[in-house]
Amino acid sequence: MVSEQDYNYKVIRQFSIMTVVWGLVGMLVGVVIAAQLAWPVLNGNLEWFHFGRLRPLHTNAVIFAFGGCALMGTSLFIVQRTCHVRLLSDKLAAFVFWGWQLVIVSAAITLPLGLTSSKEYAELEWPIDILITIVWVAYAILYFGTIAKRKTQHIYVANWFFSAFIIAVAMLHIINSLAIPVTMTKSYSVYAGTVDALVQWWYGHNAVGFFLTAGFLGMMYYFVPKQAEKPVYSYRLSVVHFWALISIYIWAGPHHLHYTSLPDWAQSVGMVMSLVLFAPSWGGMINGIMTLSGAWDKLRTDPILKFLVVSLSFYGMSTFEGPMMSIKSVNSLSHYTDWTIGHVHSGALGWVAMITIGAMYHLIPLVFGRKQGEMYSIKLIDLHFWMCTIGTVLYIASMWVNGLMQGLMWRAVNSDGTLTYSFVESVEASYPGYVVRLIGGAIFLGGMCIMAYNVWMTTKLAKQEEQSRLAEVTA
Amino acid sequence: MSEVVSIFVTVGVLAALLAFFLLLQMNRKVNNEGKPTGHKYDGIEELDNPLPAWWYWVFVASIIYGLGYLAYYPGLGNFAGLSGWTSVGQLEEDEQNADERYGPMFAKYMNTPIAELSTLPAANKMGQRIFASNCTVCHGATAKGGFGFPNLTDGEWIWGNDDEQLKSTILNGRMAVMPPWGEVLGDKGVAEVSEYVLQLAGRTDADPALAAEGEKHFGTYCAVCHGPQAKGQTMFGAPNLTNERWLYGNSRLNIQDTVRNGRSGQMPAFEQKLGPEKAHIVAAYVRSLQPGSAK
Repeated sequence: MVSEQDYNYKVIRQFSIMTVVWGLVGMLVGVVIAAQLAWPVLNGNLEWFHFGRLRPLHTNAVIFAFGGCALMGTSLFIVQRTCHVRLLSDKLAAFVFWGWQLVIVSAAITLPLGLTSSKEYAELEWPIDILITIVWVAYAILYFGTIAKRKTQHIYVANWFFSAFIIAVAMLHIINSLAIPVTMTKSYSVYAGTVDALVQWWYGHNAVGFFLTAGFLGMMYYFVPKQAEKPVYSYRLSVVHFWALISIYIWAGPHHLHYTSLPDWAQSVGMVMSLVLFAPSWGGMINGIMTLSGAWDKLRTDPILKFLVVSLSFYGMSTFEGPMMSIKSVNSLSHYTDWTIGHVHSGALGWVAMITIGAMYHLIPLVFGRKQGEMYSIKLIDLHFWMCTIGTVLYIASMWVNGLMQGLMWRAVNSDGTLTYSFVESVEASYPGYVVRLIGGAIFLGGMCIMAYNVWMTTKLAKQEEQSRLAEVTA
Repeated sequence: MSEVVSIFVTVGVLAALLAFFLLLQMNRKVNNEGKPTGHKYDGIEELDNPLPAWWYWVFVASIIYGLGYLAYYPGLGNFAGLSGWTSVGQLEEDEQNADERYGPMFAKYMNTPIAELSTLPAANKMGQRIFASNCTVCHGATAKGGFGFPNLTDGEWIWGNDDEQLKSTILNGRMAVMPPWGEVLGDKGVAEVSEYVLQLAGRTDADPALAAEGEKHFGTYCAVCHGPQAKGQTMFGAPNLTNERWLYGNSRLNIQDTVRNGRSGQMPAFEQKLGPEKAHIVAAYVRSLQPGSAK
C-alpha cells in the first residue's frame, strides 16, 4: 500500500489554489458584464472593456481556467489515489501546470485586445491553440502514463470519465481550431459556411459534453462516495451510462443550428440524439444520489456533501432541460433568448461550480497536510453553500422569465400580421431580469470570496500545524 | 448528398441506436444484487445493483421515439421521411398562409395616393408597426435619425420630395457617395472649404477670410453635386448645405472630416422584404411624420 507521502500533492495544491483564484476572476468578469447588460454605460466607452470583448474572457476564464484547473487538479489527485501510484513524472506535472497557466494568461491578455478567431468557446488565436495542444498532450501522457503503471487490477469509473474527457477534448480542439494563419494574431478557419458552423457546434456542444459533463462526472464518482463514505450504488449503471453518454453526446451538436441552412436530415439526427441523451445523462445523477442511500442524515451536518448533492440536482435539472430545448418546436421559442443563458448557467453554476467547490473543500485540507474536508471553518462552507444555491436560483429563474418573455414577444403578431413588438421593446422588457441576474451572480461571487478566505485560513492553519510538528520532532 | 454518404449516415445512425439498445440489454440483469463487486479503490467500493427499471424504460422509449421520428421526418440520409416534410416547404407554406390572410389588408390601400393615405389613422397604425420592426434600427424609434442616418421628420429630402422618389428609396435603397477631397485640397484647402460650408449654413463662428478662399474651391469641386447655390441636388443625393441640418455632425471637426475623407451612406433595398404594398403604407407613414402634415 502507498501512503500519503508517496503521492505528488504539489501539483494538486497548485491547481486547487488556482481553481479558487480563476474562479474569482472569471466570476468577477461575469458580474461586470451582467452589470453592463443592465446598464450599458458601465462599459466606460473603452473598447477593451465592453461586453463583446469581456464576454469571451468570462467564458474562457470560467470554463478553461476555473473548470480546467479544477479538472486537471482533481483528475491528477484521483488518478493517483485510485491507482495507488505516484504520478508518472513530477517534471511533466509541473510543465502541465505552468503551461496551462500560460494559456490562461495569454487568453486574458489577447481577448480584451480583440484578438479572436470569433468561434464561440474557441476564440483563442492560433499560437495559443498550438500551446493548448502541447500542454494537453503532456497532460494526456501524464494521466495515461499514471494509469498504465497502476497497482490496482481494474481502472476506477472516475478515471473512465476523465479518460474520455482528455481524449475527446484533444480531438475537438484540434479539429475545430484548424485554421490558416495570416499573421501572428490572425487566422482563418479552414472550413467555410454551413460546414464551419456544424464543426463549430460539434465542438461547442461537446465542449459542454466532455469538458463540463464527462470530466465533472469523473469528479463526482470519486468525491461523492468518498465524502459520504458509502459504496457506489451500481457498477452496471456506471458502465451503461458511461458508454451511452460518450457515444451519444458526439451527435448532439446540430441542435444548436435548428432552422438554419444546415440540411434538414442533420437537424433531425441532432435532435433525436439529444433526446436519447437524456437517460444516459441522468444515469450519472441516479448513481450519485443513490450512493447516498443510508447516509442522508449526513446532509444535516456536512455542507460539503450538500454541495455535492445539490450539484447533482442541478445537473439533473439542466440535463432534462437540454433535451427538451433541443426539440425543434421548443427550440423555435427558446433559441436566441436568455433562456439559453439560463440553461447554460444552471449547468455552469449549479453543476460545474458547485461540484468543484465541494471537491475543493474535500481535497484542499488533505493536500495541505490536514484531513479530508477539514477546512478552517465548516460554518463558512455552509454559508457559501446557501449563497451558491440562492445565487444560482435567482440567476436561472430570471433568465427563464426573460427567455420566455423574449421568445413570446418576438413571435407576437398584430391582427394585420405585423410584429407586435420591435426588438428594442423586448430589450427594454428584459431590464428587470438583467438586474435580478446581476444580484444572483453577485451573491454567487460573494460566496467565492468567502471560499477564498476559508482556503487562505486553512492553508495558514496547516502551515502552523506543520511547524509545530517539526518543533516537536526537533525538541 | 451522394449515395455513399447517405448509406453511411443511415447505417451509422441505426447502428448507434441498436448498439445503445444492446448495451442496455446486456447489462440489465445482475448476479449479486446489492453486494459489492469486489473492486476497491482508495476505500471506494462498488455495488452490483441492477439498472433502475424506470430508467431502463425511459432509455428504451427514447430510442423507439427516435426511430419513429427518423421514419417520419428526413434524417436517414437521402430518405425523405414518410411525412415529406422539409423546412423550406414549411416556410413556403407559412408564407403562403400569411399572404392569404394578411395580404388583402395591405393590398386594399395600394390604389390610395400616398398624400391621402398619410391622413388615414388605420393605415398609419400599420405603417408605424412596419416601420418599428424594419426601419428603427437606423432611423430610430421616433424616426429622428442619428449620425449618418437621416432624420425623417424635418421636411428635408435628400433624395427628393415626391411620392415616387420616396417609394423608390424604400424599395430600391440608395447609395450616397461623397468623395474624399483631402488629397486634392490639402489641409489648408480642407480648412477653407469647411469654413465656407459653416458660413453657408449661417454659422457666425465661421472665419470670413478662410471662407472667402473656400468659396473658390467650392465653385471648382463641390458645386458639381451640391449646386452653385449649395442647395443640393436630389439626383445625386447631395444634401442642401445652406441650413443647420447635418447628417454627419455639425462641429468644425465633423465637417472637416467629411470634406477630407468623404462619406458613403447606404440605405438598403426593402423590396424583397416588404413588397410593394407594405412599402406603399410605410411611405405614407413617413409622409405623415413631416412637419405640418395631419397626424
